[in-house]
Amino acid sequence: MQLNGTAIVDTFAEAFAMWGARVVITAETAEWARAAAQSMTGFATSIIGCKCEAGIEAELPPAETPDGRPGISVLLFSTSAEGVGKRLVERVGQCVMTCPTTACYNGLDAAAETVVVGGQLRYFGDKHQISKLLAGRRLWRVPVMDGEFLVDERFGIQPAVGGGNILILGRDQAATLRAAEAAVAAMRGTPGAILPFPGGVVRSGSKPKSRYSFLFASTNDAYCPTLRPVAAATDLPEGIGAVLEIVIDGLDLAAVEQSMRRGIHAAAAAGAVQISAGNYGGGLGQYQIALRPLAEPVGAEV
Amino acid sequence: MSLDLTLHTAPAVPLEADILTPGRLAGLSALETAKLTVVHGNQSAELGEFFRVSGALDGEIHLTGDLARVKLIGAGMSEGRIVVHGSAGMHLGAGMSGGEILVEGDAGDWVGPEMTGGRIVVHGNAGHMVGAAYRGSRVGLQGGEIVIFGNAGNEIGSGMRRGLIAIGGDSGDFTGVNLLAGTIVVLGQLGWRTGAGMRRGTIVSMHAAEVLPTFSFACIYRPIFLRLYLPYLKRLGLPVTDAQARGSYQRWCGDAIELNRGEILLLESGDAAAAN
Repeated sequence: MQLNGTAIVDTFAEAFAMWGARVVITAETAEWARAAAQSMTGFATSIIGCKCEAGIEAELPPAETPDGRPGISVLLFSTSAEGVGKRLVERVGQCVMTCPTTACYNGLDAAAETVVVGGQLRYFGDKHQISKLLAGRRLWRVPVMDGEFLVDERFGIQPAVGGGNILILGRDQAATLRAAEAAVAAMRGTPGAILPFPGGVVRSGSKPKSRYSFLFASTNDAYCPTLRPVAAATDLPEGIGAVLEIVIDGLDLAAVEQSMRRGIHAAAAAGAVQISAGNYGGGLGQYQIALRPLAEPVGAEV
Repeated sequence: MSLDLTLHTAPAVPLEADILTPGRLAGLSALETAKLTVVHGNQSAELGEFFRVSGALDGEIHLTGDLARVKLIGAGMSEGRIVVHGSAGMHLGAGMSGGEILVEGDAGDWVGPEMTGGRIVVHGNAGHMVGAAYRGSRVGLQGGEIVIFGNAGNEIGSGMRRGLIAIGGDSGDFTGVNLLAGTIVVLGQLGWRTGAGMRRGTIVSMHAAEVLPTFSFACIYRPIFLRLYLPYLKRLGLPVTDAQARGSYQRWCGDAIELNRGEILLLESGDAAAAN
């Protein structure tokens, strides 16, 4: 299958069941809200090494935030509900509460399950914290040196999908990077989805095994152009000089698919030679997201 | 279709009608409802001696007339809705745990005493002891919301532990006396001795006020939580301005004769001018 001259491999992205949360950070200015969000989503690229994956979903105008100030929506994912709760307490406590003028709100009001976040962070108030209950919503006012940090007691969590991905294969590093950048630009802002890696792109794709006994993941040598003649097997067609991957986590499968769809079309339009996806043969993940249906012309989208 | 009760004979002395809740009238016909017993002064009487009853209950009761002498409307209710097209008497919604009462006119003393949930909205004025603890009791409002569009009398929220009381106009003396927790917002002027004996909780006013000497000035700041509370009250119909929601407030801590963990927040004069 060809899309704007780009070959779409007949394969699928293998994605995993996760748990996700949406955090709305507000501040006096968009810059401070962004500073907190960037801090909170730092070192959150992969479950493998960071215990969670997180990213900025959207910038929110004042009219769309609980307190009428500029805001940022962050999505955070982990493999268990308990894990999401722990990571939220750590990251809201260390990266949002510490940031001047911020407040932090649950962004999944309709979620059936919740984890306690503000209800843990309140202890920082050393018994000076104040609880407020408004229309069934409990908030904590924690005194800090510039005033008060306001945070929801509970944050909603929901089953989510992690590890959606596309692999962009190009003739050299520069061309591949251009295609990846175009894909990221198109994928950003997809409601309910984030790209957890730096700039949305990962170059160190991995396979789930290693020749070292102490490692359970190692470089994806089948896609490393420098290893073409020596790797046990290569998935690189002739003329491919670089591969970049974009990983997508979403609050549901539809969000991941929509993000992948946008990325595939944008990368193809930007000159990608081939677009593939990472999988483990279908034996690990709970979701298999076929590439070719997503590469159908945009007008054919449901 | 709602159950409609129209006052045809004004009671000469107070009428105690705690049967007027959706829960107690559920399943009754208009005729059965009219035969229910109420207390008129020190005499028993039938509801139909005072009200013309029509319609059928679908969760909502409409009361029409000057019911200023009808006490205990909605007392103990847990669900449904009562609309009073006129004024309501004392003890409106006493001890209610759910549902909503809307009064288009005024309400007497003791609106929502010791209620634990639900909402009472009074479009006119209310008397003393809104959301208060009964005499001899330590705890007043324990949940729910009371919204008075007009003025309210003395001892608003006395002994209140949880919930929200909002007064669109002025409040009388001892607003939030012995407050245990919860939030009282007064858009108008506060009376004397606000927050006397309060342990925790929040009292907010949009005007300057004389604060008891057992309260200590902390700072002037912008409480973010008011950016949620005040727009919420605006959505309920109170005349809250954006300047009030975004404004700077004096924070006074007290009452030092008690736990000293309560607060009075007074909108700064400059912001108050901008809000008007």
